[in-house]
Order: sequence, then C-alpha cells, then structure tokens
Amino acid sequence: MDAAKNKYSIIVPTYNERLNIALIVYLIFKHLPDEDFEIIVVDDGSPDGTQEIVKQLQKLYGEDRILLRPRAKKLGLGTAYIHGLKHASGNFVVIMDADLSHHPKYLPSFIQKQLETGASIVTGTRYVTGGGVHGWNLMRKLTSRGANVLAQTLLWPGVSDLTGSFRLYKKSVLEDVISSCVSKGYVFQMEMIVRASRKGCHIEEVPITFVDRVFGSSKLGGSEIVEYLKGLVYLMITT
Amino acid sequence: MADPFMTPELVFIANSMKHVLKLLSLLVVISALWIGLLQASIIPQSHTWLLPIYFIVSLGCYGLLMVGVGLMRFPTCPQEALLLQQDIAEAKDFLKQKGVDVGSD
Repeated sequence: MDAAKNKYSIIVPTYNERLNIALIVYLIFKHLPDEDFEIIVVDDGSPDGTQEIVKQLQKLYGEDRILLRPRAKKLGLGTAYIHGLKHASGNFVVIMDADLSHHPKYLPSFIQKQLETGASIVTGTRYVTGGGVHGWNLMRKLTSRGANVLAQTLLWPGVSDLTGSFRLYKKSVLEDVISSCVSKGYVFQMEMIVRASRKGCHIEEVPITFVDRVFGSSKLGGSEIVEYLKGLVYLMITT
Repeated sequence: MADPFMTPELVFIANSMKHVLKLLSLLVVISALWIGLLQASIIPQSHTWLLPIYFIVSLGCYGLLMVGVGLMRFPTCPQEALLLQQDIAEAKDFLKQKGVDVGSD
C-alpha cells in the first residue's frame, strides 16, 4: 500500500471532556506531523461546553482537520462510532478515548505496524512488555487478570487485551464488523475484536500504556462482574 | 499455505461453528477417549474413573497459576503518569497562547 496516500480518520467520542479534548487534539497534531489525518469528535450534547472548545480548536487547526459531528444526547459508544464512520473520509479509522488514558504518542506505532504487516486491525494491548497500566490497585489488577484468563480460556480470541478500545482499523473492515455487533460498553469492544478474529481478519498488537485518570471510581462491583460473565457467555454462543 | 487436513468442507464447518459448539465438540472427543480407555482397560479401571477429576483439577490449577503469574508480572508504568503531566502542561501552554480556553476542567 502506498504510504503517501493513506488518510487516517480518528474518531473520538466525547462527553464532558472540555479540557481533555483540547489536550488530545494538541497531542495528536504533535505526534503525527507527517500524516494525512482528520479528527472526528462525536460529542453527545455535553453540558460543559465541549463543543465550544472544539469550535475554537477548529479555528486554530482548520475545519478540514477537525470535524465536529455532535449528537443530541448520550446515545452509547457503538452508535458513536457508527455516526463517526459516516463522516470519515480516510481509508483507515482510529478509535480512542478522549480522557487521555490513550496517549496519542502511540499513533505512529499503530500506523507503522499496519504498514509493516498489512494488518486489517491493529489493537493496543496493555498487558505485554512495553505496555502497562498506571493507577490500578492490586484488587483491580487481580480482577483484570482473572477476567483475561477466563476470556482466553473460553473464547480463544487471538488477542491479549480484549477490552481495550485503542485500535486502528481498515475502514472497510470496521464497517463490516461493526454492523454485526450489538453489545454495549466494554463488552462491545470485546465483541468487535472477537467477531473480527472469527472472520479471519489479520490482527496485530502494539504495546500501549494506559494511565487511569479516573481515580477512585474503579467501578468493579458485583454487577460489573455479572455483566462481564454474561458478555462472555453471549460471545461464546454467538461467535 | 495449504493445510492438507483442512479440506474446504472442514474449513467451512470450522468457520461457521459458534465457539461454544467448538468447545462442546472438544469435550465430546475427550469424553470418547476417556470411555475408550475405560473399555480397553489399558490403565486399571479405578484410575481411569478418576481421570476427569484430575483433568478438572489440573485445569483449575493451571488457571490459578496463570492468574498468579500474570498478576506478579503485571506491567506497570509509573513514569507514564509523570510524562503525561508534562504533556498536559506543554499542551496547555501552547493552547492558551493560541486563544483556546484551557482555563478550567
């Protein structure tokens, strides 16, 4: 593939990310000086004025580089990606979180990996050497590891980090996979990568570091665990 | 690249099988082997009856081992938090200069 002709559409769903969206846009531009890309901000009607900030960023960086494609209210992650996809003009799509737990400095390694291997999907993994997590206590790490071992045993997914949401897709592959996914939340991320794996997509991984900035809200109570187990069973039966 | 065992028919079946069915088929094969062992009496019957229990316990131990080892080797990156703070400061400086409002969170 001719590297000079690739365009990367970076979809960033936001809700109340007034400060983070500005920081992340700056960092993306800093780390991708030579690439053709666009940032598609899908904001779900944030009350904190996120969209105003995006408009300021558009004045600074150009409306052709930053697309604001808002929605009226919180409608979920999966539909946010689908909405963003409709406006994506690149042949590759990157999805990432807006809260800076995903650092744009890894974008070049995603792109590089894809160019080297011709992969359809490059997914970021926190669980290999070179990657890592900061801000998790022992309990959180234990549940994460336990959940991962269970998922590996039951699903044979072909990737080391199932719930990660920092990924690069060929646009056609994303459109294809996303149309068959129905889950919500992080199970949605799992469903996407498992379905892609079942379809035989060429998936590569790159190490990423994940800095959990939502201190204290580990939100791993009983109901989260039940959700996760239900998600695993659902994926075992339907993929 | 062609695998002589994976005929087109087998490939089709393998690709269209839901994962739970693959696991069940595996279970069926293992059970058939176990029943075969019971009937052939190569190993004393008393031992053969206990094989499923050994299998399940081993699987459980393996799982716990994987969790434990993974937990010990869990990659952490404390320096990343610091680097992130530096990046944030740099970003705020630049954006403030250019008139983007980064005043408060």
